Amino acid sequence: MNRVSTATAGFCGHCGEPFDGGSGPTSDVHGRCGERLAMEPPRYCTACRRRLKVQVTPTGWAAECSRHGVLAP
Amino acid sequence: MTTQATVATSDEASDKILVDARQQVLEKGIGLTQEQLEDVLRLPDTALPAALQLAHEVRLKHCGEDVEVEGIISIKTGGCPEDCHFCSQSGLFDSPVRGVWLDIPELVKAAKETAATGATEFCIVAAVRGPDIKLMNQIKFAIDRINEEVDINIACSLGMLTQRQVDQLASWGVHRYNHNLETARSYFPKVVTTHSYEERLETCNMVKEAGMELCCGALIGMGESLEQRAELAAQLAALEPHEVPLNFLNPRPGTPLENQGIMDGKDALRAIAAFRLAMPRTVLRYAGGRELTLGDLGTREGLLGGINAVIVGNYLTKLGRPATADLNLLVDLNMPITELQKTL
Repeated sequence: MNRVSTATAGFCGHCGEPFDGGSGPTSDVHGRCGERLAMEPPRYCTACRRRLKVQVTPTGWAAECSRHGVLAP
Repeated sequence: MTTQATVATSDEASDKILVDARQQVLEKGIGLTQEQLEDVLRLPDTALPAALQLAHEVRLKHCGEDVEVEGIISIKTGGCPEDCHFCSQSGLFDSPVRGVWLDIPELVKAAKETAATGATEFCIVAAVRGPDIKLMNQIKFAIDRINEEVDINIACSLGMLTQRQVDQLASWGVHRYNHNLETARSYFPKVVTTHSYEERLETCNMVKEAGMELCCGALIGMGESLEQRAELAAQLAALEPHEVPLNFLNPRPGTPLENQGIMDGKDALRAIAAFRLAMPRTVLRYAGGRELTLGDLGTREGLLGGINAVIVGNYLTKLGRPATADLNLLVDLNMPITELQKTL
């Protein structure tokens, strides 16, 4: 299974909107999204913006994009 | 942040409210009435430490010093046909949560991980109006597999049940069944339109009559008035559930309540004290939203203000505090974790 890295991200994992050119979801536009991503798993693939299939467990979470595979926590 | 306006209450009036509550709840074990709960919810910030202290004393006297730890997991996420306005799992809203089914091996693995934290309860949750035959069969299979491999009480939360389903779950050894009232009867139609308050009560009553422990919770901070918050506490008390999980709204993207705002932390603590004073003997559990509403300091204050149970680790679609953070806090507070005693 492929593993998607947020380092190559084009979209915000929380809101699914494009990045604004910042270095990640802690940029100004997505500052709140960065805070949220500390408290919840991503919902969008950062490579293609597809909604992820996310399973949360008591001690972790797993997310999968139908195109790009598993997203590592 | 949304703040519930408190009515200015004099120190003398606050003292009387708490003295009366001490005599009634602590000494006699009789929960406060709806009107009395409104008074507690209106207490000024200066009286909040005393209210929390009283709630803590009530909890220690009537429940003991143990804290019950539970883990929860979603076996079926998203795609729910109901329109609970707070829920990101409704298929009727434009929520980013996608439908997912968890397979049984992963469920058993999660049960093992939950038990390893010291938890005594493992609650299997499905986002459904009520279970169909396929889901019931999966639940039966899951219960059998977990019981083979893990020493933990199993609880379920599968929506509204028929009498046959209640009987089946009880016969399969389900220890506790969760079905929340969520909000006051008078506010319910503002939050849910696809089923009624009475339908929820019907399932709750069937669960109790079948001998399962009833877990029936609240979600506060949805725009209900202070009076409605008191009404909810009184309605829960009348139902006499074994456990009340107390949730605080975490507004979810795409839901009708996404712009509701986060409840004020002091109002949340007032609610914790009030719920304990309404239900002196009930397991009162910290559930979703506390991380956002109360933070670390508030979490500690609540555990010293009437709370005697926690959901450890993550929730159904959101992440919680690391399990170790809560377990270490319980050690710091000298609060022992309830030991496993299977009741069924």
